Amino acid sequence: MTTPALEIVGLNKHFGGLPATKDVSLRVMPGERRLIIGPNGAGKTTMFNLVTGDLRPDSGSVKLFGQELSGMSTQARVHLGLARTYQILTLFPRETLIHNVVLALLGLEALRWNPWAFLTGYRHIYADAQKALAQVGLADGAERVVGETSYGERRRLELAMALAQKPKLLMLDEPLAGLSLEERQTVRELLDKIPRDVTIVMIEHDMDTALSFAERITVLHYGEVIVEGTRTEVVADPRTREIYLGD
Amino acid sequence: MTRGSVIAVLLATVVFMAVPWIVPGNFYINMASQVLIYALFALSLNLMLGYGGMVSLGHAAYLGVAGYTCILLVTAGYNQLTAAVVAVLFSTAFAGVFGVLSLRAPGLGFIMITLAIGQIVWGIAYRANALTGGDNGMSFPARPMPFGFDIQDAKNFYYFTLIVFAIAFFFLWRFSHSPFGASLKGTKEQPRRMRMLGHNVWLIQLLTFVMAGFWASIASVLYVYYNLFLSPHALALQQSAEILLMAILGGATSLTGPIVGALIITLIKNVISTYVERWNSLLGVIFVVVIIFMPYGLVPGCKQLWKRLQSRGKNSAPARTSSEPTE
Repeated sequence: MTTPALEIVGLNKHFGGLPATKDVSLRVMPGERRLIIGPNGAGKTTMFNLVTGDLRPDSGSVKLFGQELSGMSTQARVHLGLARTYQILTLFPRETLIHNVVLALLGLEALRWNPWAFLTGYRHIYADAQKALAQVGLADGAERVVGETSYGERRRLELAMALAQKPKLLMLDEPLAGLSLEERQTVRELLDKIPRDVTIVMIEHDMDTALSFAERITVLHYGEVIVEGTRTEVVADPRTREIYLGD
Repeated sequence: MTRGSVIAVLLATVVFMAVPWIVPGNFYINMASQVLIYALFALSLNLMLGYGGMVSLGHAAYLGVAGYTCILLVTAGYNQLTAAVVAVLFSTAFAGVFGVLSLRAPGLGFIMITLAIGQIVWGIAYRANALTGGDNGMSFPARPMPFGFDIQDAKNFYYFTLIVFAIAFFFLWRFSHSPFGASLKGTKEQPRRMRMLGHNVWLIQLLTFVMAGFWASIASVLYVYYNLFLSPHALALQQSAEILLMAILGGATSLTGPIVGALIITLIKNVISTYVERWNSLLGVIFVVVIIFMPYGLVPGCKQLWKRLQSRGKNSAPARTSSEPTE
């Protein structure tokens, strides 16, 4: 049996008395496209934060390709091939698009510690950054400052920064949030083009786009995994309808 | 480098070199040396403040650690070079400990810890009579003779300080364009995102802290050479606050801002104070006025103003009103 790309076992997290993640277990196989859905406050983003190390779990284990991540710093997890995007845009607004991607690339390079060399002298980093921008359709105007770009372009920049790192596991937190119908289509096509050696776990509310993208779906509710299965199984399950339609 | 900045560097070099001929008398040449020493303090603090967003109120601690170490070693009979090198190394190592302690707490906690450590060093200097001479301070026997050059008189000492300053500035300029500098600026804006991109934010901040401590230690040794004396008053909170003020007044987001800040504050302190009794109030008024009109400090503010005037001259289009940093 192949090692899962992401394996979560018995994960728990409380905020004060409020359980945000309750005994969550799930496995995502390499190359899989997994969708995480659930109503607001279901603990989707909390689960992401537990996987990335932004939050420490109360108990449970998270493994990336068989490697236990508990106790590891966020940056160490990134060096193992983990990348994520944020639901709330987290960019460097005063910097140029290309500089944002360069910072992403630097994160994995040892030369990031160099206090003497000229950053702009590293042509290959800028070339890679340009490639990553081209991948999301932002090749033109890479020298623009983020503050002067549209919301849709920033969403794609988020994606470019994650993709530039060539992650093994990519975690997307609502990559379509706030986008117009047309922009959603663009991003959806971008996601389709991501090669299969990248495993993707995605939180998304836009069912039309998300359901067709994912092979397997996990439904979270009040921090618990309620339903998990293939698209048809999850849609057919009465508990899914109960959560979303409330009957 | 653009042609404009090459011209600026050449012009600055000529001006700095010519200072002893421009200004009248030794008093002002000494003043110029003092400006350079404070500028180095402010530049070193600005590594943390302007690039890393770390506000420190304990920068005068290095003056205590490096300064007293240097004086004690020379008084104990060690040669000048050994004393200077050991003082800087010891003080830089101290910066490592200082940094580890301060970085335990983010934001306001960070400022308070730096303040506390600065006060501890001051307290030790003040109370440890046997070691530091307490309130009476300690005098430094004589300035060294670097490579056989005599730096006793004002002009020669100025050039010595200028050389050290120029080397430091060159390093800091390279730093500001380096991958490490870019990473540091990233941690100021988005520490969480930087972690998620694989950067070790804590280590970046600590190394910056140590680098700032290193350059501040160099400035401290120069300070001792200049004054030939060190007392606890020199490491009081007022000193740390003044260095911080220099960086903010000149513009913490720019490389040259702290130099301008050091120039203005040193001149007010030493020159204007002979004419105006309430020079401290004057300093306060200047600071408030600058911050009202140029919230990012003088250098970024003037650059913004210059751009606006240029664009008005060309097409009278309204430029952005806020003086956001451009570098």
